[in-house]
Amino acid sequence: MRFAIIRFPGTWSDRDTYHVLHNVLEQQADILWHRETDLSNYDAVVLPGGFSYGDYLRCGAIARFSPVMDAVVDFAEAGKPVIGICNGFQVLCESHLLPGALIRNQSLQFRCQWTYLRREGGSTPWADGIPDGTVLHVPISHGEGNYFADPDTLNELELRGRVVFRYCDAAGEVTPAANPNGSARNIAGIINARGNVLGMMPHPERAGEQLVGGADGNRIWESLLRQATTILAG
Amino acid sequence: MPVDQAALDAVALRRDEYELLVQQLGREPNEVELGMFGSLWSEHCGYKNSKPLLKLFPSSGDQILTKVGAENAGAIDIGGGLCVVMKVESHNHPSAIEPYQGAATGVGGIVRDIFAMGAYPIAILDSLRFGPLDDPQNRYLFEGVVGGIGGYGNCLGIPTVGGEVVFSPAYNGNPLVNAMCVGIAETAKLLSAKAHGEGNVFLLVGSDTGRDGIHGASGLASRTDPEARFEEMRPAVQVGNPFMEKLLMEACYELASEHGDWIVGLQDLGAAGLTSSVVECCAKGGSGAILDLENVPRREQGMTPYEVMLSESQERMLVIAKNEHVAEVTALFQHWELHCEPIGVVTAGTEVVIREHGVDVAHVPVGIATEPPQYRRQGVRPAELMALNAFDPGRLPDVTHGEATGVLLKLLSRPNIASKRGVFRQYDHQVLNNTVIPPGGDAAVLRVPGTDKGIAVSTDCSGRLCYLDPYAGGAIAVAEAARNVVCTGATPVAVTDCLNFGNPEKLDVYYTLEHAVRGIAEACLQFDTPVVSGNVSLYNETAGRPIYPTPVIGLLGILEDVSKALRAGFDGAGCQVYLLGAGLEQPAATLGGSEYLEALHGVVAGIPTVDLAAEKRLQQLVLRAHAEGLLVNAHDCSDGGLAVTLAECSILGDQGFEGDADLAGRLDSALFGEAQGRIVVSLPDDSFRQGGGAARLHDLGNELGVPVVRLGKTVPGDTFSFGPLRTSVTALRDAHESLL
Repeated sequence: MRFAIIRFPGTWSDRDTYHVLHNVLEQQADILWHRETDLSNYDAVVLPGGFSYGDYLRCGAIARFSPVMDAVVDFAEAGKPVIGICNGFQVLCESHLLPGALIRNQSLQFRCQWTYLRREGGSTPWADGIPDGTVLHVPISHGEGNYFADPDTLNELELRGRVVFRYCDAAGEVTPAANPNGSARNIAGIINARGNVLGMMPHPERAGEQLVGGADGNRIWESLLRQATTILAG
Repeated sequence: MPVDQAALDAVALRRDEYELLVQQLGREPNEVELGMFGSLWSEHCGYKNSKPLLKLFPSSGDQILTKVGAENAGAIDIGGGLCVVMKVESHNHPSAIEPYQGAATGVGGIVRDIFAMGAYPIAILDSLRFGPLDDPQNRYLFEGVVGGIGGYGNCLGIPTVGGEVVFSPAYNGNPLVNAMCVGIAETAKLLSAKAHGEGNVFLLVGSDTGRDGIHGASGLASRTDPEARFEEMRPAVQVGNPFMEKLLMEACYELASEHGDWIVGLQDLGAAGLTSSVVECCAKGGSGAILDLENVPRREQGMTPYEVMLSESQERMLVIAKNEHVAEVTALFQHWELHCEPIGVVTAGTEVVIREHGVDVAHVPVGIATEPPQYRRQGVRPAELMALNAFDPGRLPDVTHGEATGVLLKLLSRPNIASKRGVFRQYDHQVLNNTVIPPGGDAAVLRVPGTDKGIAVSTDCSGRLCYLDPYAGGAIAVAEAARNVVCTGATPVAVTDCLNFGNPEKLDVYYTLEHAVRGIAEACLQFDTPVVSGNVSLYNETAGRPIYPTPVIGLLGILEDVSKALRAGFDGAGCQVYLLGAGLEQPAATLGGSEYLEALHGVVAGIPTVDLAAEKRLQQLVLRAHAEGLLVNAHDCSDGGLAVTLAECSILGDQGFEGDADLAGRLDSALFGEAQGRIVVSLPDDSFRQGGGAARLHDLGNELGVPVVRLGKTVPGDTFSFGPLRTSVTALRDAHESLL
């Protein structure tokens, strides 16, 4: 597959994502500057983590006006796979490709730590290869990852199976203690109605090798790759 | 016309220094020139008190690619065409006044030093000292500094992987904020901070120039200010913009790694801003310069040439571009959405000429500007040392068997020993995907991107020990940093240092500076770890009392195979645990300057000792044993002594431990004494089989002359016992995490 990794001014997970996709999973990947407007050569788009525009305004609020974002919206609306990680998730919310918002961590502090994520229901090429209930070990690194939405939106997300990952403990129990940032209902990742757009605060690209602490994050990329193989074969 | 005292005070020049300047110039300097010379002749830029001492450091070696002090940072060849670039620098004075911005811009400054070399920064470490947290002012400083480091480093996307956080009343109101940065470069693409080639162009890139930070170098960092003046000095603290720095870093790295042939030099703007960067580049390149200040982009109107030349606005770089490549360099920076303005040209002269709208406003001879007077003083041993060193911990009552467990738990909860997880989790320590051993172990270990190699980095210094004996304390700082690096399986290769001391014009303070430098120099010679870069921060005192002498050592080690990095925690039940180095029974004197003595008896006294030759043999033993695959873990014995070390091994590995060694002699010094030169290791559970690891470890110990003493074994479950110590790993962890 060919991945477009979008680099906004201030993005920093671009290199990490490229490393995992290209060096570990041996996929084609390009880092594209935010002024790019053509994504037609790509099979999937990654909006990586970082501090786009310094996050001096609301996280992602400026990046969503970057020239590349029109193409990202078109790409998503065409049903092609888009993932937003950390700051990328914030950009997707600001772009209204996903509902809700990421507000300051309940602790009011930045948190960089390993978390456990439980795969919930919901169909998306990004996670269909991961059985429901699977527990993944993936780190977070953010100051504003506290997922917030009004109760109706949260209920809608739950009802439609759009909550894909929840923070849990090592045994897979979703508990307040396992929630690292105060996110509503321990939500760590959600999809759009169609399932092709995933936003998540944890960093799968930081869990791509045992050497750096684990490789559970690859389950997400591999899920998409398997899907693509199936589509191509079909 | 004699200059008035207020003008000299403003630039922190003494009258005799001014007279020397007039004599060398052959005339009175004008206001702009006086500001420029004041900054360049300040301790912070000119090292006038410390330079003669710094020459005592060993600074060269087969792997060392830079001449110390000649570049923005030191570079160490690690083979395969790659090198490590590193440096540590202080931002103590700004952090005392405005902790968040002071610490943030400290990180920004050291990171620029690294990418100015053409390297990509891959790690930040922060060595921090504060007064006790029960004082609200100290807590304010602590929270501000930690917030500033995180706020800046996290935004940059460089992991903060290590450092120290130490508390002592000696740092009340005068925190130490030392930031170290490590980068990786292709050796062939290293850049230099030189201006040469007549007609080449100075390009100023990054942030606009404002009125912030004026007199940072001369006023803040180079003299002692009564606390009362801190409020009014606040405008001398710069304000950081990490987003701008991120763009600058990416642009400069692209320039260095892909188009290094377009430029002759790259230099960051730090202390004394445009003044020092231009003058120093000219000094290194043997050239002169003409600057046209009207081309300097500004944040505000009405700035005078004086203000423009002395502004310490952050996130600015000076590029010395080849004349024929100016357009391409400019386009590169513009791609990254950065300003890039030509502000002057390199000349064949020996002066830096500053003009505004065609009118000369300053003529600064490069030679005079970069050769400030140097002061070599005859230090006087601090009077209080006599009584402090005479203190005999052996006269104190020993710990009883019944008390020992309580003492261990108390020590584990002491802010100096307790887990700093609450701090480190506020720092992104993973970004760039190289962090193999995160903060919390002995040294941080990172993969060298694109290779199987790794680097281990540690910062260390016990101010308490340096206070009691600056020579031994300086040597111990190096020994401990080396031990930490060795505990990950890495071979120590180089040192960067940050010398934090009080006012060097006081002869007892000067004594501590000189002796600490001599101790460091001796240890670096012994361990073959040259000092490749560093920084000096003097005038650290409040209310007339100097801080503890605190020469922070940043030490780099290399691992040929990073996947074999050793960790500090026990790993699995049934492992045999050994103490290597100075043995189990220790004299009461090893309690001198210990955390135990301060925690239990409220005393900072005694006399520290170190045997550098024994340290070296210990390092060799651990490295050889690890190379033969004998070891499961290794952990340095330091603050809190052997008992705390074993407890940390259990906590980090979540693994029970049962000691079965006999404790002879005094219990307090055996358990909590801080004898140097000791490392705890464990071996797999098959080590008692014929020809197993234990026998081999003993053989190696005999060969190298290092005592090897069995302490016990790791056990399943939560039990922790050693001599009279009886508790659980859970209880140890609860005590250790109490700082959160």
